Parts: sequence; C-alpha cells; structure tokens
Amino acid sequence: MTDVMLAVTPPQMLAKRRRFRVLRKLAAHRSFKIGLVLVTILVLCAIIGPMLTGIDPTAMSIRSRFKPPSVRFPFGSDQYGRDILTRVLHGGRLSLSLGLSVALISGVFGALIGVTAGYFRAIDPYVMRLMDALMAFPAILLAIGIGAALGAQASSIVVALSVAYVPRTARIVRASVLVIREMEYLQAARVSGAGDLHIIVKHVLPNCLGPLIVQLTFIFAYAILAEAALSFLGIGPPPPTPSWGNIIAEGRDYSVEAWWVMLFPGLAVSLAALGMNLLGDGLRDVLDPRLKIET
Amino acid sequence: MSVAPIVVVRDLVKTFAARGALLRAVDGVSFDVRQGETLGLVGESGSGKSTTGRILVGLEAATSGSINLFGQEISSTRGRVTPGAVRRRLQFVFQDPQNSLNPRMRAQDAIAEPLDVAGGWSRSGRNDRVRELLEMVGLPRSCGDRFPHEFSGGQRQRIGIARALALKPDFVICDEPVSSLDVSMQAQIVNLLLDLQERLGLSYLFIAHDLAVVRSISARVAVMYAGGIVEIAPKRELYTSPRHPYTQALLAAVPRITSNRAHTAVITGELPSQIDTVAGCTFHPRCPLAFERCRAEKPKLREIAPGHLAACHLQNTPA
Repeated sequence: MTDVMLAVTPPQMLAKRRRFRVLRKLAAHRSFKIGLVLVTILVLCAIIGPMLTGIDPTAMSIRSRFKPPSVRFPFGSDQYGRDILTRVLHGGRLSLSLGLSVALISGVFGALIGVTAGYFRAIDPYVMRLMDALMAFPAILLAIGIGAALGAQASSIVVALSVAYVPRTARIVRASVLVIREMEYLQAARVSGAGDLHIIVKHVLPNCLGPLIVQLTFIFAYAILAEAALSFLGIGPPPPTPSWGNIIAEGRDYSVEAWWVMLFPGLAVSLAALGMNLLGDGLRDVLDPRLKIET
Repeated sequence: MSVAPIVVVRDLVKTFAARGALLRAVDGVSFDVRQGETLGLVGESGSGKSTTGRILVGLEAATSGSINLFGQEISSTRGRVTPGAVRRRLQFVFQDPQNSLNPRMRAQDAIAEPLDVAGGWSRSGRNDRVRELLEMVGLPRSCGDRFPHEFSGGQRQRIGIARALALKPDFVICDEPVSSLDVSMQAQIVNLLLDLQERLGLSYLFIAHDLAVVRSISARVAVMYAGGIVEIAPKRELYTSPRHPYTQALLAAVPRITSNRAHTAVITGELPSQIDTVAGCTFHPRCPLAFERCRAEKPKLREIAPGHLAACHLQNTPA
C-alpha cells in the first residue's frame, strides 16, 4: 500500500518545491552567487555605464594625456587623453558580447557536431578525427591564423575563437551522447516507434545540456581572455574602438609611467573570467545530479 | 484452448560475432502465444530469453527464423521494419524502470510518448488518455507532472506499464519486469499485470529467471537453456511433473520451507560456451542421466503429452 500513498504534502506545495529545486540549490551555492554577482555587475556596467558617464570613449585631449586617477578621470587617462573609465565601460560591451557570441556559436555548432558524431556512430571517426586535427593546434595559434586571414575586426575574432572552441565543445557533447545512447529509455522510445530525430530532440539533447552549459560558461571566460591576448598581439578589434584587450595593448608601452592604463581593463578581464568560472562551477555542481552537494 | 495463436515464432536464431567466432545466443527457438494467454519464459542468465523478446519487438535483428505477429509475417532478420500497425499492437516492458525512463521527462510525457510518436491525438485527448492510464496502473491521476526520481521503484514500473499500454496493445512482452523490485513490490506488479490482462484481454510473454514469479502469472511456461527451449508445458504440469532433466534440476533447486537442504539436487558445472557448440544435447555435459545418444544427437522438441513438449532423448515415448 505504501506504493500508492503519495500525497503527504499538499500537491501544490510539492509542485512549487519541484519547480524551484534547481534555483534553490543555486541560491545556496556560494561560489555560484559570487560569480553571478560579479558577472551581473560587469554586464550592467557595460550596458548602462556608458550612458551615465556620457563621455565619448574616443574623444582625445592632448592637454590631459596620462593623467593619474583623479576625480575627473577616476581610472586616469591614456596617451591621447581619453578617459579610461569610459573606455573600459565601452570596452566591456565589445568584450562581453564577443565572449557571449563565441560561447553561443561554439555551443550550437559543438552540440550539433557532438550529437551527430555520438549518435550516428558510422560517421563518428571521420568527424572526430577532423575535430582532433583542429584541437591539435593551440587555440590561440589557431585564432591568430584565422584572425590574420580574415583581417583584424571583431567579427573575425569571433569566428576564429569559435573555430578554436568548437572541437572542445563537440568532444564534451559527444562523450555525454555516448553514455546516453546506451540508456534503456532510448530503446524504450525506439520500441514506441520513435525515429532518430524524435530521440535526439526529446532524449539525447535534454540529457547532455548540463555539461554543455557548464562548458559554455568556461568558453565565455576563455574567449574574453583570448580576446585580450589577441589584442595584445595586435590582431584584436582595431582601435580606436575600445575593447578590454586593446586598451591593455595600447597601454603596454607606458606601463611603467602610466600603470592605470593597463590596470583597470586588466582587472575587468580578470573579474569577468573569474565570475564566469565561478558561475560555471556552481552550475556544474547543481546540474550534475551525481554530485551531491552539501549546502 | 482452441484460440488461434497471435504470435508464432519458428526456428528463431540469433548469432553474435564474438572474437571471430559465432556466439549462438538464440538457437532455433519456436513457440506460440495465444490470445489472452501468458507464456512464461524462464532460463538462467545468458540462456537467450531476453534476446528472444528483443527480437520480437524489433530491438535486435534475428539471424534467421520466422515471426508471425497477428497473422502477419514479420521480416525478423532485418530488424526495426515492423510495420507500424503491427508494432502498435506489440509493446515492451523493460526490466529496470530506473533506466527505462528518461530522468528529464515528466511521467505524463513518458507515458504519452507512444501517443506522440503515433500522432493523431489532440492535446486534451492525449492528456485524458494519460490520466486514464495512470489510474489504470494504480497511480494518482495527478502525479503526471512528476519526474521519475520522485517515484519509488514500484511506481516507476507502473509508469513503464502505463506507457506500454498507451496504444492499446494486444501483446506485451515483459522482460524481467519485477526482477529489480523487492518481493512485496513484485507481488503488487504481478497482480497489476494479471488484473490488466483480465480487463484488457492482453497476452503476455513474461520473461524471468524467478520460477515462483513465472508460476504466479503464466498459463504455460517455456524453459530455455543455452539458447534453446528444452521444455514447454502448461504451468501445472511443468511444475508438478517436469520431464526434462534441466527443468527437474531447476525445480529441485527452489528452496522450500519444509525440505531438508541436504536432499537438494544441484546441477554441477556451468553453462556451455555458446561459441563452440557442444555436439548433441546442449545439456549433456551437466546432465546426470546423459547416455551415448545425448552426446551425438541433438534432441528435438517433441510432444510427449498433450500440450507438453520436451527436448530430451529420455522422453522418446509418451510416458
């Protein structure tokens, strides 16, 4: 009889508890909260910050070159007398949206390739050897090559970094698919007459989403770092449009005399990467039911 | 029972390639299942009983042999080509409801999946059918929006059964449906299956290794050994007067409260390797009664009493 005795708690309360189970777990996860706060602050700054300061990030002023942080220039000014705070806020728009684009594009293509390779075993060796070949290049080197070929602009950085990160994403998705495809519920669906498309959409994708989302937060962080590195090497988004990376790049010749030029965008990059990593760690802990977390 | 069989299986063979050799998992299995009847299929691990069920439902392709479902010949050797109309009348209940339900799918969607795949159901019609099925298997109508991990093992198996019944099948293959449950839950599920059979006129192929469970649900029982059926008989007859030495040994091994353990006859040895097929009877290396002919010639399954078939040279003449 215990089998049928379910309703000890009122059903509507149960439903509520269930719906917010993941959210409640996340709310209790400390590093997730820290990450979320960091990322939210940076995103909000990038969105509304430029409106608040109302200064043109490319406006030059020879008289106010290399001003240290002050009331007028909270983060100081660079060699053209541009306000670093304004440039960092504007640069956040480019750097964060670049990171997001790379995460989304490599997520979509990585999932597509990973699911195809993992589910249709016949084409798996060919697809994955191609991915291995791409993975054999260091991500930055690959991005330098593609960036150089496509010309220095933000969109070519997105393409270059996406190409670099797709194989990693594909590999992770494929690994989850290989596990899922042996599950009995796939056979159950097949007995019910389900075709491959139905099985992929209803059974395979929802079950490999967890690791994928986690991976994408890390890719977001890597992409921001990689943008900075590429700008530093001179193949990032071209000046005068600010990105965190090219502000640092422009400031590196004056790093001894004007440390503030590099410090603040550098801090922004570090905080964004740290925030996304903490967020990803939290998501990984909560989305993976095998990891029982103590909260 | 003079009802025409709805399932006719003849000489079903399934071989797997194993390190260059052929493993004969199912080796010439033949049986019938009649309308409204339960055929129990017992055997130890590796005897080929699950593979037989999986071939019937199209999860595996047979190597050779013929399957006739509801009067329609199925091309068993190609797998997955069972025509939709036939497939709809044939459903499958999996052994472990823990693995056979998608953890991210709500109970109602798992139950409705066969309906969704078949198509032609309105949203309200589908939801009504789901609630009807939940009730039919003894679950509250309101529990459809829960996820599998919020149910107990027995409840999950009920969901598996509801799902199998969604398209109103005539024939349900139950592959060890109670093996992963504890004993009290086993009884509940067996009773549910019996109740559903009565209400819906279902036929079952009930695959299990537990003789007691098979006895409580089957009308007839087939005993499999090393890929072949060694004996088929009506339940009462098989349990009271088993003819094949393997069946006799199996039944003797069932512990009884009243019996003295010292007298239990135990089968020695192991299942033969199904890669290098033994000449003669597959059971002869372990059979206490084996004689010359058993080592040379493979016994055919023959009728030794009305409705009672056994594959043993000792049962040449109706006894």
